[in-house]
Order: sequence, then C-alpha cells, then structure tokens
Amino acid sequence: MYLSLRGLSHSYGTTEVLSDISLTVPSGQIVCLVGPSGCGKSTLLRMVGGLERPDRGEVLQVGAPPEGCLNPLTFVFQDFALLPWRTVEGNIRVVLEDHRIRRERAKEIVADVLARTRLTDFARALPRQLSGGMKQRVAIARALAVNPAVMLMDEPLSALDAQTRELLMDDLVSLWSREPFTALYVTHNLSEAVRLGHQVVVLSRRPGRIREIVQIDTPLAERGLGNPELERHQKHLWEVMRDEARAADEELLDD
Amino acid sequence: MTEVTMPEKSRAVPFRGGGFRPRPVRFVGLGVFVVLIALVEWGTRAGWISALTLPRPSDVLATFGELYRSGALWEHLSVSLVRLSVGSAIGVSAGVGIGILIGLFSLIRAGLVPLVAALFPIPKIALLPLFVIWFGIDEGSKYALIALGTFTPTVVATYGAVDNVDRTLIRMGQSFGLSWLSIVRKIVLPGAMPGILSGLRISLAIGIILLVAAEMLGATHGVGSYILQAGSLYDLERLFAGVTILSVLGVTVSGLIGLVEKRVLNWRA
Ligand SMILES: Nc1ncnc2c1ncn2[C@@H]1O[C@H](COP(=O)(O)OP(=O)(O)O)[C@@H](O)[C@H]1O
Ligand SMILES: [Mg+2]
Repeated sequence: MYLSLRGLSHSYGTTEVLSDISLTVPSGQIVCLVGPSGCGKSTLLRMVGGLERPDRGEVLQVGAPPEGCLNPLTFVFQDFALLPWRTVEGNIRVVLEDHRIRRERAKEIVADVLARTRLTDFARALPRQLSGGMKQRVAIARALAVNPAVMLMDEPLSALDAQTRELLMDDLVSLWSREPFTALYVTHNLSEAVRLGHQVVVLSRRPGRIREIVQIDTPLAERGLGNPELERHQKHLWEVMRDEARAADEELLDD
Repeated sequence: MTEVTMPEKSRAVPFRGGGFRPRPVRFVGLGVFVVLIALVEWGTRAGWISALTLPRPSDVLATFGELYRSGALWEHLSVSLVRLSVGSAIGVSAGVGIGILIGLFSLIRAGLVPLVAALFPIPKIALLPLFVIWFGIDEGSKYALIALGTFTPTVVATYGAVDNVDRTLIRMGQSFGLSWLSIVRKIVLPGAMPGILSGLRISLAIGIILLVAAEMLGATHGVGSYILQAGSLYDLERLFAGVTILSVLGVTVSGLIGLVEKRVLNWRA
C-alpha cells in the first residue's frame, strides 16, 4: 500500500497554512518532510492520518494494507504520548485490546515488538521510570505492534538530546533494514532528514508549499557520520531552506 | 593539582537556592495537638481558663469514656456513618457521572454548568426544611441534604479533571483507532482520577459538615444530634466529645482517601 496526497490545502481562519501539496509516499520508503517551524508540517501529518480534515484536496491509500495490519496509518508523536498509568507492556497492549485478538496472540505481538526495540527487560516499567529515548522506543514499539502500512512520525526525535537522537536514528535504520517500513517523517533537523530519508521534501514557509524534492540514493545502512554524499545533500537542503527559515523567523515577530 | 593562590580576596558563593518544597515531617502534627491540649489542661486546672470558656480535656476524655462504655457512642456513630455513607455515595456517584458527561459533551456542558454554578453557592442547610417536605423528616431528607452537598463540589472537580486530561493522549487513542468507549475508559477516566480524588476529599469534608446540619431536624440519634443536644444544654464536655468524634471522622476519611490515592495513583512519581 502507498499514499498519494493530492492538492491538499488548508487554512485556519484567514491564515493559509498549506497550499496545494501533492506528494507520493512510496511503499517501503521513508519520506522526510522538512520546513521552517510553523509551515504546517504537523497539520499536514494530521491530515494524512485522518485526525483533521483538509479544506481542499484528498489523501488516498492506494492498494491494500499488508496482511495482519490493524491500523494502516499509525502515528509516532514528538512527546511520546504514553499512558503514564500503564506499564511499557500495558501501553502496547492498549492498542491491541480493541481488535479482538486472542490473548496469546497479543502476548506474542507484545513480546515481538519489545524484542525488536530491545525493551524486553523493561516490560513492567512505568513511563516515569524511563528516559526520553526509551519512551520514544516504547512509542515506536507500540506503532510496530499494529503492523502499520505507513508510519506517520512527527518530529519523533526532537524532544531528545543529541546523543540519544543518534542512538535512535541507528535503531530506526536497523529496524528498517531488517524489515522495511513506510514512513512519512516530519523533522526540522536536516541531518536527521538526510540520514533517514529516501526522499526529502522541502516545504516553504507558511503557507507551506513544496519547494523541492531531493532523492537520496545511498542505502540507509551506509549513511554513517561524515558521509560526503550526505554532507553534500545536507548543504544543498540548507541552502534551499535558509531564506525560508529566516523569513519565517522574522514573520513570527509581527504576528 | 597545584595549590592555587588567590590574587584577590575571595569568599564562598553564598547559597540562595532551596525551599519551596514541602516534605513530610513526622510527628510534628501530633505534637501540635499534644501541646495545645496540655496547655488547655494546665490552664483550666490553674484557673486562668475559666470552666465556662473551655472544658477541661481530661473531663472531655472522661465523658468520652462514659459514652463508649454505655454503648451510646456506637449507637450515635453507626446512624451517622450510615447517613454519611448513603448520602455521599449518592452525591459522589451522581457527581462523578454528570461531571464526566459535562467534560465530554458540549451540549450537556452548556446546559448544566450554569445550573451547577447556581447550586454551588446555596448553603444547602437552608434547603433542609424543603427537603423535609419533599423526602420526609426521616432518613430521606438527611440523605438528600448530604447528597446535594457532596454532589456540587464533585461535579466541579470532575469536569475540571476531565478538561485537564492531556489531549495528546486522546489524539493518540484516536490515531490508533480505539473506540470511543475505550478512550473514555482507558484514557479519560484514569487521566481524570487525580483530580476526582482530590475533589472527593473536599466533598466528603462537606458531607461531614452537612451531617450535623441534617441531624438538626427530627433526629434522636447521631453524632450531630448529640452535639446539638449538648449545645442547647450548654454541656461543654459533651459538646467537645462530640466535636472530637467529628474531627476523628474527618481525619479517618481523609486518611482513607490517601490510601486509595496511593493505590490508584501509584503511577505518579
Ligand atoms: N488547531 C489550530 N488552530 C489554529 N491555528 C493552528 C492550529 N494548528 C496549527 N495552527 C497554526 O498553523 C500553522 C502551522 O502549524 P503546524 O502545522 O503545527 O506547523 P509545524 O509543525 O510545521 O511547525 C502555525 O502557524 C500554527 O500556529
Ligand atoms: Mg510541528
């Protein structure tokens, strides 16, 4: 299954936030969406995930979701959105409970995603006992549990410190390498975008329009730190974005 | 490291942090009680507190012992406890239920919030005669008074607590396709629980206050009627014995809620 966005536009009151966004998220690829803050990235993602209605345009799911998929479009949020009163295990189980899955099957799924995110030893911990990086891994495990067709990730690493972010990027790369998933990945961090994206979509400042789409062909597993190819892409992306970011920054001052 | 000689005169950076962080200190609360009571005992014995101002604590204790031995204590307490539990059970469950509905549905909120705001400031005691007409002079009017008195603070606390549930958690539930009922049961209710429980503290304290008021009319038994009789006879020892029972009742209820909080809210730091 893949996603096709066609002519999405949206306004909040009189402020236009998104303008005519058309984009394809191919199956098995990570599409990164970058743009200055306030350009409508989160809004776009909410529309793709059906949490908000666009004024114009549509989001199409093309083809059937994979076998055993419980929730085709699944979010990973910036602030983790874990239920503080449930253990790690309980936070994953909560998204399976409404699907009439047999108890043993649910147990298997939970054990499997915990193993894939290396959280098996923390199954009974409460969110408050976990570091930010671990919390986000729980959120990723929870997303994997419903076997999504497309993961919608809204700045999943932005609340984490730089080292933790590196570690989690490695985790995401190895998760993808073992079993490619499809993702629309919002970030404002260009090094994240060139590290994880098969495509990087640059949005302009508000109202967000597509400025450029950059294709990165280096396989994910080979994108170590200091790869010259990636540096070149990152530099190019920054050149495209710099003026937008500055203009967006100055715009905020007068509204 | 080599010894560093200070070229200028130096002083340690003065500490200016700390404070603003209550921590539990044991036995101090108990100590305050003991000191106060000892002071009154001393005063009444020495004569600088007249017997008309305050009863002697040891006399109150003796009255209390008598009350206990005669079996009258349990007689009064049991009727009062039944009234308090039935009345506040009705008030609190209706309050939590309606509070959640107000929190979840805009129409119900628009309709009921003004009504609750209008009911809240009415001294419920003033309505006692009305309740006697509506529900009879027996237990009915007492249940109704306590129920109404605990209902309003519970509603306000509950819908406030529902409003404060983290919306990102609700969006998370929706984004995983949880049913409406699951979202309410597994996200809204547990998220509102801290607020509901702290509202319960206030509601039950109000319930105890209203218990005495409810026993002003047509009650021969109950801690409230015991206190009122003592008051009208100006029997200070019995009055204080009765008031002490209410205080102990209040502390017990608050302790029980503390225990429930510890169990139900163990996920908080
Ligand atoms: N629910 C909303 N109501 C009104 N304005 C909103 C709402 N959500 C976002 N906005 C505005 O829309 C613009 C885009 O927001 P957002 O999509 O969060 O941007 P980004 O995620 O790219 O930083 C911002 O100017 C923001 O203030
Ligand atoms: Mg955002």
